[in-house]
Amino acid sequence: MRSAYKKKDLAFKNLSYTLALLVIFISLAMLVVLLVMSYPAIQKFGVINFIFSDAWNPVKKVFGGATAIYGTLITTLLALIFAIPTSLGIGIFLSQICPDKLKRAFSLAIELLASIPSIIYGMWGLFTLAPIMRNYIEPFLQRVFLPIPVVGLLFRGTPLGIDLLTSGLILSIMIIPFIASISRDTFDLVPKELIESAYGMGATKWEVIKDVILPYSKVGVISGIIIATGRALGETMAVAFVLGNDHTIHLSLLKSSTTISVALANEFTEADFRLYLASLFYLALILYVMSFTALGIAKFLLRRYSK
Amino acid sequence: MNHLKKRKIINLIAISVSIFTAFLGIFWLVFIIASVLIKGLSALNLSLFINDPAPPGIPGGGLRCAFVGQAIITVIAVVIGVPAGILGGTYLAEYGKDKRISSLISTLADMMMSFPSIVVGVFVYTIIVRPMGHFSGFAGSIALAIIMISIIVRTTEETLRLIPWEMREAAFALGAPYYLVIKDVVYRGALKGLFTGVLLSIARVSVETAPLLFTSFNNSFLTLNPNQPMSSLTVTIYQYAMGPYPSWHRLAWGASFVIVVFILIFNLLGRWVISRRYDL
Repeated sequence: MRSAYKKKDLAFKNLSYTLALLVIFISLAMLVVLLVMSYPAIQKFGVINFIFSDAWNPVKKVFGGATAIYGTLITTLLALIFAIPTSLGIGIFLSQICPDKLKRAFSLAIELLASIPSIIYGMWGLFTLAPIMRNYIEPFLQRVFLPIPVVGLLFRGTPLGIDLLTSGLILSIMIIPFIASISRDTFDLVPKELIESAYGMGATKWEVIKDVILPYSKVGVISGIIIATGRALGETMAVAFVLGNDHTIHLSLLKSSTTISVALANEFTEADFRLYLASLFYLALILYVMSFTALGIAKFLLRRYSK
Repeated sequence: MNHLKKRKIINLIAISVSIFTAFLGIFWLVFIIASVLIKGLSALNLSLFINDPAPPGIPGGGLRCAFVGQAIITVIAVVIGVPAGILGGTYLAEYGKDKRISSLISTLADMMMSFPSIVVGVFVYTIIVRPMGHFSGFAGSIALAIIMISIIVRTTEETLRLIPWEMREAAFALGAPYYLVIKDVVYRGALKGLFTGVLLSIARVSVETAPLLFTSFNNSFLTLNPNQPMSSLTVTIYQYAMGPYPSWHRLAWGASFVIVVFILIFNLLGRWVISRRYDL
């Protein structure tokens, strides 16, 4: 009887152990598969050469990742520029200003924003936001910024609404909830005594926020931002609708472009020869490395922070 | 005194900006949900659910195949992902709770949760679609199950850790082996938490698009066979919204409406379960 129990217990333990190991196995297998499949492209174009070459021409069989990497980085950067101030403001509002009665409703609304599927963001972007950008916001931005030297270069071209700027804006709306909720949580962790004593010294609310709360929760907020960066780097559907798929590098934010994930979504099933497919796998590998690095840094910071 | 005034004005400005950003967040939410509901509601009719897509130019048509395909893909993903995730999480919280490897797995699962889902699609394409030679609903389910496993492993681990160790000891004292303690004591106590994790993961994967693009692909005919390419709501929205026909756009809005309503209900349900857990 006893040994039957032991056997079953061992079986259960081993089964659960195997399934836990599955997580390691899957992440490793992904890396291996991407490496193996992109090998022909790695061999042909090298690493540095591929990353900095903007030639993406399936007809001539030359591929370079610079355009997609550029688009990925610029849309992510724009998203962060729009999202960080907004979400910090939301975090501050939720943890310090909002009356308790409204707190739950506001938090719920921000979290619902996080649960809206990216495909909905994309469709909304294409049919609702892009026309607004095209007809009102982008012409306005051009009127303001075009006469200014250097900055004007960012706003050249015909506003179409299908461009880097719109994509960055949509991505920012998608990542706002992540940064906002992480910053709210870390702001809430600031010891009450610290805040009270600052008030006791006659500091205004803003001074308490700026000099006590923000410095205290710096690491948490930064890791939240990095996690959001990871999201923005790999986001596909929201951007696929409003970025076009154009493998050229433009300085202007009002031009269409592409990102790694958009290129994958649009071209993966069309890649009809080995080198083309291998180059797409190569892009996926680069995306894998970028997001793994970002998320790893965030994890590392959070772990050190919580100790 | 002047200095104090300046500080007060700065304070006022900063607080106003913060309140403004909070309302900006609400504004986007209302803007997005309202446009989906308004445009989607007008596309909502019985034909959306009971007819298959009509060729462009012919009026009518619906997305029956996409609803059915979505349901099949999700159910298979749940069947694979939920047991695997719960058992994996059980190992981390119970048998291997002090082991180094558990914290590695836990960290990896956490990272996989925010991993670009399109890479998962590319991965499953390579290991399943290519060897099989064709797209299939089954491959789509595996891609979704991979995403699910990481979420459920983490939520299970967290939930089981909340169960007090004394409860297990009480059962041990009666001579129960560990697996029975887990099954009858730990799981029972953690039921609501586990359920919430499962609910969350279903809500998350049932709206994924990118991993389905190269796995289940699409199919404009109704199929119940998961070994065939299968239509899903999200991929259909992508194709139809990008397509040139207004009738397609209408169907895409109709499908978006259904998805958004589904997600809102699911989220509120999950929240309700959580609040009940803490109110006990």
